[in-house]
Amino acid sequence: MAANATALPAAAARRSLAPGLSIGLSTIYLSLIVLLPLAALSWKAHGWQAVTNPEATAALELTLGVSLLVALVNAVAGTAIAWTLVRDRFVGQGLVNALVDLPFALPTIVAGLTLLALYGPRSPVAVDVSLKRTGIVLALLFVTLPFVVRTVQPVLFELDREMEEAAASLGAGRARIFLRIILPSILPAILSGVALAFARAVGEFGSLVLISGNIPFKTEVVSLYIFGRIESGDPGGAAAASVVILGISFGVLLAIGVLRRWVTRHDR
Amino acid sequence: MIGRYAVRFASLGYLAVLLVAPVGYVFWKTFQHGFGPAWDAVTTPDAVHALKVTLILTAIAVPANTIFGVLSALAIVRHRFPGAGIFNAVVDLPLALSPVVVGLALLLLYGRGGWLGGHGIAFALPGLVLATIFVSLPFVVREVVPVLREIGTEQEQAAATLGASWLQTFRRVTWPAIRWATAYGVVLTTARALGEFGAVSVISGRLTGETESMTLYVQDRYRSFDDVGAYASSVLLALLAVLTLIVMTRLRPKEETQ
Repeated sequence: MAANATALPAAAARRSLAPGLSIGLSTIYLSLIVLLPLAALSWKAHGWQAVTNPEATAALELTLGVSLLVALVNAVAGTAIAWTLVRDRFVGQGLVNALVDLPFALPTIVAGLTLLALYGPRSPVAVDVSLKRTGIVLALLFVTLPFVVRTVQPVLFELDREMEEAAASLGAGRARIFLRIILPSILPAILSGVALAFARAVGEFGSLVLISGNIPFKTEVVSLYIFGRIESGDPGGAAAASVVILGISFGVLLAIGVLRRWVTRHDR
Repeated sequence: MIGRYAVRFASLGYLAVLLVAPVGYVFWKTFQHGFGPAWDAVTTPDAVHALKVTLILTAIAVPANTIFGVLSALAIVRHRFPGAGIFNAVVDLPLALSPVVVGLALLLLYGRGGWLGGHGIAFALPGLVLATIFVSLPFVVREVVPVLREIGTEQEQAAATLGASWLQTFRRVTWPAIRWATAYGVVLTTARALGEFGAVSVISGRLTGETESMTLYVQDRYRSFDDVGAYASSVLLALLAVLTLIVMTRLRPKEETQ
């Protein structure tokens, strides 16, 4: 572009106004929509006992614990589903592939309600996970399902199978081929998907509202704790707790950024 | 051979238990006594109003975020400017932020005692609009950025060399290349806008028949022990989700063969 600008000053001058405009407009939009409210949030955060009291720390521990568990389950289940979609062949595969996106498209409150209908107090299969931590894990598994599948699937699809064939011809078993050849190639993608799932699980609200029952010290996650603080007229404390999970979210985002760079370097 | 089938059945079983069975059961419960009761439940004045609110929110948030998305994708990929890294991170932020935190941030800005409080934004439709725009902001940007990177600048430079204006270059060269990515981003934005619950829940003040969107209505019906109403309005939202899903799968192959 620089070479072009020296060769064609007139064209470059014509082009220079529009980019300035697009940068300016999108920066203003982003500042008004995202940054200004978040600035207000950090400014109004006060009452740090809202973060350090036993109920809050219990909520934070529970949130991080279940999110970690959900991320780990996703690492295994997501990879298996991606494998089934790429390496397997069966009737209805296209439909299954489309179904994986359903949790992204389905409103979270509807996700919570559907789980509650089948696995709630009036369950036709006699499984009741409502008001239990199991219910929280189930709801989080539902909403985070697509992340690992959708990050691993394309990498698995692009994977060169010659190495696997070579390993097989040298007498390596299936497990050994997977662990030594396939897993190292798809690991960055798995980790990236796991991080996204974890970040999503930490902040999840809609699917948990109905199913968790919001019992302090038992099924109260951070997002519901914040909501409770708002309802009981303590927006300052709610903001303080929000700043804490804002920090966690941002940390995870940065980690994903680093991972992504690692993944793209891996490609080349 | 056995291993292959084990992975297949484990994967499909997981999807069946977690996804297909619950969603299928709610559909079955809704239409258990025929189409009539379900239809009646989603055509009450409150339900129709809630649907209208949701459609208004979507109709504002999607075009706004599409224009912003294309503009800022161009800014991120095509131009180097100070703070581009921070810009990039802030665009992603709504993806990782809890919806409750988004709602609270808007409440603290526009609610009573807020910097911009007292203008009828919190607990009213404008607040819901801002919340919806916030949470559905990153999707178009995220879809368009990689495609812009992929196509490079050669064709755009050629067009400029031949005397095309910025607008002509965009319309004839850049836009045809990013069209499908933009469309895919629009579909994701729409799905998110239709389904937003947490942020809207905090900023709405929950006035039935006024600031209640469809997702809030679902919760309201469930809390009032009106199962038919809750299931039927859930199914309506789920059908919209399935429609989005169909568009998504239709767009994906086109995006890949580009």
